[in-house]
Amino acid sequence: MINPGINNAEILIIGGGPAGLCAAKAAAELGAHVIICERDRFLGGQLVKQTHKFFGSEKQSAGKRGIWIGENLTKEIEENENIVVLKNAAVVGYYEDGVVGVMQNNTFIKIKPEKTIIATGAAEKFLVFPGNSLPGVYGAGAVQTLMNVSGVKPANRVLMVGSGNIGLIVAYQLKQAGVEIAAVVEAAPQVGGFLVHASKIRRGGIPVLTRHTIVKAYGKDQVEGAVICKLDETGNPIPGTEQDIECDVICLAVGLTPLTEICAQAECDLKYIKELSGHVPIVDENLQTTTNGVYVAGDITGVEEASSAMVEGRLAGYAAAESLNYGLEKAPALKEEAREELRELRAGPMGLTILKGMEKLNAEGGHVHANLNRYSE
Amino acid sequence: MLISTGIPSKEDIEKIMPPAERLSKGSVVMIECFQEIACNPCVAACKFGAITMEKDMNSLPEVDFDKCTGCNVCLFKCPGLAIFIIDQTFSDEFSLVKIPFEYRPLPKVGQYACGLDREGKERGWFKVNRVTSGGKRNMTYMISLEVPHDLSMEIRNIQEGAYRDA
Amino acid sequence: MRIKDHPILDFERNEKITFTYNGQSIEAYANESIAAALHASGIRVFGHGVKLHQPRGLFCAIGNCSSCFMTVDGVPNVRICTTYPEEGMVVEEQVGRGVAWSD
Repeated sequence: MINPGINNAEILIIGGGPAGLCAAKAAAELGAHVIICERDRFLGGQLVKQTHKFFGSEKQSAGKRGIWIGENLTKEIEENENIVVLKNAAVVGYYEDGVVGVMQNNTFIKIKPEKTIIATGAAEKFLVFPGNSLPGVYGAGAVQTLMNVSGVKPANRVLMVGSGNIGLIVAYQLKQAGVEIAAVVEAAPQVGGFLVHASKIRRGGIPVLTRHTIVKAYGKDQVEGAVICKLDETGNPIPGTEQDIECDVICLAVGLTPLTEICAQAECDLKYIKELSGHVPIVDENLQTTTNGVYVAGDITGVEEASSAMVEGRLAGYAAAESLNYGLEKAPALKEEAREELRELRAGPMGLTILKGMEKLNAEGGHVHANLNRYSE
Repeated sequence: MLISTGIPSKEDIEKIMPPAERLSKGSVVMIECFQEIACNPCVAACKFGAITMEKDMNSLPEVDFDKCTGCNVCLFKCPGLAIFIIDQTFSDEFSLVKIPFEYRPLPKVGQYACGLDREGKERGWFKVNRVTSGGKRNMTYMISLEVPHDLSMEIRNIQEGAYRDA
Repeated sequence: MRIKDHPILDFERNEKITFTYNGQSIEAYANESIAAALHASGIRVFGHGVKLHQPRGLFCAIGNCSSCFMTVDGVPNVRICTTYPEEGMVVEEQVGRGVAWSD
């Protein structure tokens, strides 16, 4: 299938997570031929560790656990004759002539796609505090990987920093794995994630401490504890409120930032948009970047929930296939359906930030449907 | 405050509480969902049409308590584990409080479990009346607890592993 | 330590593998990364910083960062969070930035 020379492809998808898999499925559904490159040895991206039930509506498989959504998608993709899956295949470069370099099991593969969909996701942000380099200061996603993918008990007692959905969900999943949670600390005056998650861990006895932050981590060679303190209304530490927390892992759940390196190599215009969590490519209503034929989907367009990533994948997949003259009759309606789902997913108060970010992106030349929702002023 | 602690206030709970008259008739749902998020599996789960949302999936669920039969289906479907079923007609002394549960170990029927309130505070030992599986893929369990009537609006969890035989 | 009783997950632990970490024998299962297997054996200091020589462990566990670099079968700068152990594999703490040819 793959040869040592240049491999021509209709659509290359970079990243086999929720967005990439849904993009592949959509493009193949319209008849296009797709290659997916996934750097890990399994498809599904971060869905493989999402043991909780997803939110959203039935259209986004709400009520089903993320792991099963990933498992079903993987099965559909692997059985699809229009899709070639390359696992253990890390994309290492997008060259000037549009050739994409892939390292698979120490072999360098060259792929020349007509269209590319970059769905590389996001990486966890770090936080500055003394002791943050000690072993035991882990990203919340890392802890999730250790316990839910490898089945390793990652800690005995954890301090969770950050109360967004990841912080709250991982705290819950740690408890499910038999790990004690000392507290969830949040610098903001309010819980960042869904309140149902906060209530769920709170009634499990986990304190959710808003207006609190980590002062330092300590330990000889690894984390043995942390000091937290209260913050005043301007966000400054209140002297005398320091509290010692015994823990062997400090989990950082302080947000994600889009992984746009390949976009940069493909010379897509990127802008720093705070609301979208970092540098993001400028896109049009088909999620095509400023580089002709290069599309994006998922967290790379701005960090959101996996449900939105999957719908974005569908939109980009249909659009890329349509641009190759596949499914010309069906594509416009399918794309509009996906856009409508995105609008609905973002129509609540939790969607305000992302819509504000999209408006800013449009001001920079983007053309996303950043419909203002009924919760905006 | 709910938004700063995760603990719903008395006022929050009053807003979603079934009327006393309905409670006196038996099993009924309490959806402890107070934030507009993009989520609606509860609406689809209710085959009696008791759960609706005004505008779209971002609206809060609204319950028509006369249509609710307390059938438990929505309890298993809610991704937020925010749905409870209360039966104040269980016996003279006790209500049945049904709680979604996803920890291990599971309690056994007849054992007494340490009951927790919305703050996670221990509020006593309550007899486990039933342990119901949501199914192979759902994997949420429903724990039915025998709770004195005056605590039926308080107890919302059990401490995993804190079980005793009498 | 490994998780045994989990409310959602069932961990398949079939094939057992032995590799060495700094000469010490470590038992692992085929579906665990090297990092996970070391963690399960209570080892979480994977190296020391090049400049300040402070202990370092993993951070992202999915191959994004470079916090868990080790030398595996003589190859430096291997992300052990996304590398899976094989029978007889030699995993060592990396000293310095690593060299391409050490003959």
